[in-house]
Amino acid sequence: MCLAIPMKVIETSGGTDSLTDPPVAIVDADGIRRKVRLDLVDRMPGPGDYLIIHAGFAVNCLDAREAERSLELMNEIASSVPHVRHRTCSN
Amino acid sequence: MKYIDEYRNPDLVRSLSAEIQRKITRPVRIMEVCGTHTMAIFRHGLRRILPEKLYLVSGPGCPVCVTPPGLIDAFCKVAGRRDVITATFGDMIRVPGSSGSLADARAKGADIRIVYSPADAIQIARDNPEKLVVFIAIGFETTIPLIAASILQAYREDINNFCIFPANKVMPPALETLMKDTSLNLDGLLCPGHVSIITGSEAFSFLAEDYGLSCAIAGFEPADILLAILALMEQINEGSYRVDNCYTRAVTAAGNLKARELVQEVFTPVDSRWRGLGTIAGSGLVPKGKYADFDVTRRLAIQVSEIDEPPGCLCGEILKGMKRPSECPLFGKNCTPSAPIGPCMVSNEGTCAAWYRFGVESI
Ligand code: SF4
Repeated sequence: MCLAIPMKVIETSGGTDSLTDPPVAIVDADGIRRKVRLDLVDRMPGPGDYLIIHAGFAVNCLDAREAERSLELMNEIASSVPHVRHRTCSN
Repeated sequence: MKYIDEYRNPDLVRSLSAEIQRKITRPVRIMEVCGTHTMAIFRHGLRRILPEKLYLVSGPGCPVCVTPPGLIDAFCKVAGRRDVITATFGDMIRVPGSSGSLADARAKGADIRIVYSPADAIQIARDNPEKLVVFIAIGFETTIPLIAASILQAYREDINNFCIFPANKVMPPALETLMKDTSLNLDGLLCPGHVSIITGSEAFSFLAEDYGLSCAIAGFEPADILLAILALMEQINEGSYRVDNCYTRAVTAAGNLKARELVQEVFTPVDSRWRGLGTIAGSGLVPKGKYADFDVTRRLAIQVSEIDEPPGCLCGEILKGMKRPSECPLFGKNCTPSAPIGPCMVSNEGTCAAWYRFGVESI
């Protein structure tokens, strides 16, 4: 039920008025397109950003820099230089 | 697909599991709180590549499963009214109460519609002004803001024939109740990634500080889950207790403040009954103040009674991580996904359904 997948923003529109014109985005994942509400995100996305979508609403805009950092960390662990790491994850 | 494929890279997954293998020195018990984690662990075959000494226990993180049978009976009763259209997430429809499920009520003529989003229920209300549209509001912190946004929308647009049946639950009080039970004997907790998007990683720090539990927040791809298990292993080996955020691309320390403001605007905490865990103070939410009329139990003066679990069903114990599905004598015999007895066999995220689907007889 809480399935939430990252989808790429194609375009955003609306947002001039929260009542009559709430902000929405057209998002895409593997060719499947959806219109999602942006009422809940605390950082407005632009085209190319990735959103986590849950039940028709974006709940989060992914942080591309953090994503890169965690992948680097994973690859560093995988290439096995465990001692250079201070801690696996931030807190 | 970006943000998926790179975290499924088989070489990366293999190396991370090898590193966990190297780090584990003694038998370790870790609970994955979230039903989506339970499913992801099975779907990606992670149990097969994790060390035998690592014992994974599923927790109370399936929203349908923790909904008690008395509440399901009340859903069915409201759904049976001729002046009501019920809108629900698909997961809920086949979960049996003491006298049938919403699917049974529908077979008897109730107008019950499966929706993807609470926003769809608002549209149904617009299209059917002569009916009261009741959205069955289940789900945890990730789902609650969308329900708050929908109530706000209905309020602003004056859609008076929309309301919710409040059955949402919040995680931290339930985890606290679980951790007070020392017989669970947990070393670590894999904290729910999507709940944490909203609550922030700080919401779980009391578990580390007050209950001496090593915690790590995990995403849902295989490498994410393994990275968090590795972080837990390091904490356990050092004897330290903190919340490691291993899902930083989505989770911050403070969470999604905008979503939480909406929730605070619309809802107030109440005590709530959980299947298996009993009534937990402050673990539920109902619409408050000027939004109180969006609560169908208030509008139609509905009483919810306490009803026993289905006889023989161990869902309650399974939700607490005390038992595994294979210990239930009904598992796979009298209880299967096509003829479920308890909710843990109905929901996609239910532990029994996951074990059945992935053919786990005994681990
Ligand atoms: S197998 Fe069925 S009866 Fe047994 S605990 Fe699971 S849901 Fe309940």
